[in-house]
Amino acid sequence: MSIPIIEAHNLTVVYGRKPALWNVDFKLPEKQVIGIMGPNGSGKSTLLKSIMGVVKPTSGFTRVYDQELDKVRHKVSYVPQRQEIDWDFPASVWDIVAMGRYQKRGLFKKLTSEDKDIVTDSLEKVNMLGYAKRQISQLSGGQQQRVFLARAIAQQGDLFLMDEPFAGVDIATEEMIISLIKDMKDAGKTLVIVHHDLHTAQSYFDHLVLLNTRLVACGPTSEVFTDQILTDTYGGRLTTIAKISQEMENKEFPMRHK
Amino acid sequence: MNFWEHITTFFSAENYTLFVVSIGSGILCFAAGVVGTFTYLRKRALIGDVISHSVLPGVTIAFMLTGVKNPVYFLLGAISSGLLSIWIVDYVQAKSKLKPDTILALTLSVFFGVGIVLLTKIQHSGNAAQSGLDSFLFGKAASMGMLDVQLFSVIAVVNVLCIWFFLRGFSLVSFDENYAKGLGFNVSFLKSFLALITVVTVAIGVQAVGVVLMAALLITPAAGARFLTNSISRMLLYAGAFGFLSGVVGVVISYSGTGMPTGPWIVVVLSVFALLAILFGKKKGVLARMRLRNANNIKINNENVLKDVYKIAKDGKNTISINDLVDQEKYAIAKLKSILKRLENDNHLDQIRGLIILSDKGRLAAREVIRKHRLWEIYLSKYFQLDADHLHDDAEGIEHVITPEIEKELIRLLERPETDPHHSKIPY
Repeated sequence: MSIPIIEAHNLTVVYGRKPALWNVDFKLPEKQVIGIMGPNGSGKSTLLKSIMGVVKPTSGFTRVYDQELDKVRHKVSYVPQRQEIDWDFPASVWDIVAMGRYQKRGLFKKLTSEDKDIVTDSLEKVNMLGYAKRQISQLSGGQQQRVFLARAIAQQGDLFLMDEPFAGVDIATEEMIISLIKDMKDAGKTLVIVHHDLHTAQSYFDHLVLLNTRLVACGPTSEVFTDQILTDTYGGRLTTIAKISQEMENKEFPMRHK
Repeated sequence: MNFWEHITTFFSAENYTLFVVSIGSGILCFAAGVVGTFTYLRKRALIGDVISHSVLPGVTIAFMLTGVKNPVYFLLGAISSGLLSIWIVDYVQAKSKLKPDTILALTLSVFFGVGIVLLTKIQHSGNAAQSGLDSFLFGKAASMGMLDVQLFSVIAVVNVLCIWFFLRGFSLVSFDENYAKGLGFNVSFLKSFLALITVVTVAIGVQAVGVVLMAALLITPAAGARFLTNSISRMLLYAGAFGFLSGVVGVVISYSGTGMPTGPWIVVVLSVFALLAILFGKKKGVLARMRLRNANNIKINNENVLKDVYKIAKDGKNTISINDLVDQEKYAIAKLKSILKRLENDNHLDQIRGLIILSDKGRLAAREVIRKHRLWEIYLSKYFQLDADHLHDDAEGIEHVITPEIEKELIRLLERPETDPHHSKIPY
């Protein structure tokens, strides 16, 4: 592996007393489609959020392109979880995708006609140009996801962090997203995707991060997508981790290194 | 004296006080409506209540410390305790397992309780200057002076400028805080700044309408405006306008009778505006939805009649009279006549001496409905477990819903089928 595009070092995130991520260490390669997988509540979203600086790590750190996130933020596009947002917000599809240009223009500068071209292109890429003026509350789940994707594309980053882009979307959208992802990979982008469907994991991802609060495995899909590792991640003895976390939360035990 | 005489005397120079009070209230409500739009969009309606109740201890402490009734001291006290209440809500939320509504209710009652205790203490202290301090509870718009109006105007202008300047940031934070953080914007600054102008507006407004009603001034204009538009800048505009109008009209009404309170009337007028918006809102309003339902009914009736006429004609009957349709016992005769009249006006058919003749346009429309009906039947039987005798009823409803785009998709999906599950040919 040359320079890792994302590196997590001893990453620990605690909500209250409950560890969401616990001493997670990994390095991710560039220009690949990388899946982050694990059972519910295993810290997948938290991982993306701490890479994006949305959540502050309790200890440890993450680096992107071997640098502080702030220095390379313009290269990183984040697609938050669609369900975390109230879609009954007074905005059109265009307004939302235009947010992708705010990073470049800041809070105050007007969007240029170049920005508008980029927004148009991004909408076209996800087949949503015809919906540009539509109020976002009228969109289906799949369409909402496409809008979020278009917004990330409009940022013109090299690294895409997507939180559950396949959750609750129709088949047509899933197929569209996956072909878009392949195109992006061919164009040299890196994609890190939180995903929970084991059936599609092998065909979607080159590389996998398997999480269950702690890191279970990280490596090329062909190496880590084994029955043993999946059992470790999704069941068996590692559910003990969940019990320990619960215990720490209930009895307010501290983590040793705090 | 009739209403118009009221209005003219009202705004004449002799009635300077009323003019001042109505304009002052209008400007205040305008400012509150604009800022409150973001309180509403961030789903923090209850925070408005917390802030407004929480300014009371600040005001009373300011009086106890200075011993004078100076609006500037009151303002400073109100802003401090208002900000403190927000900070407490956020802090407790981050550090405890209490549910948000519990935290809001607790903070509100503790602050308000302390405020009332202090107020009572002041009232019993025998300080002559204290009289009228209790107007903070229900407001004292009637005693508004030109100085107050100037203060309100400054606040209104500052609010508008701040929001205009930070519109992008405020919208981003209200819609998707995590994304805003991901873009690298200083989200906590934006949130604190928004909180600050909200608290300042509430602290000022409380002096006019009182702590109990202030929250309504923040939230109601936005709630009404939301029904009128899907654009955030228009929503701000409408909320501001609602606020201003309610302020003025509320004061006019309260002055046209004797002993009628101003603050409550403003809130009543505001609620009426909001109610009207909910009823008459262009897209989401109750009437708009009724109109939509009506349009749907017309479409359904038109299409059904066309379809029936077409089918009877296709069965080999050369002349179709209205009786052929009546015989099917689907429609009451009066209703049928009005549907036919409508179809005639649209050039879908002609009626000559009781006979019905489909035009080319009508024939095409009828074939379209039949096509959609049969496509839907095929779709259902192919993808779902549904008995053949249930297909028809389902398709009777859905044939009117299918848009040309969906029809195209169905044809593609089903690979342009020739016949439906009942072996009827599909008319392309």
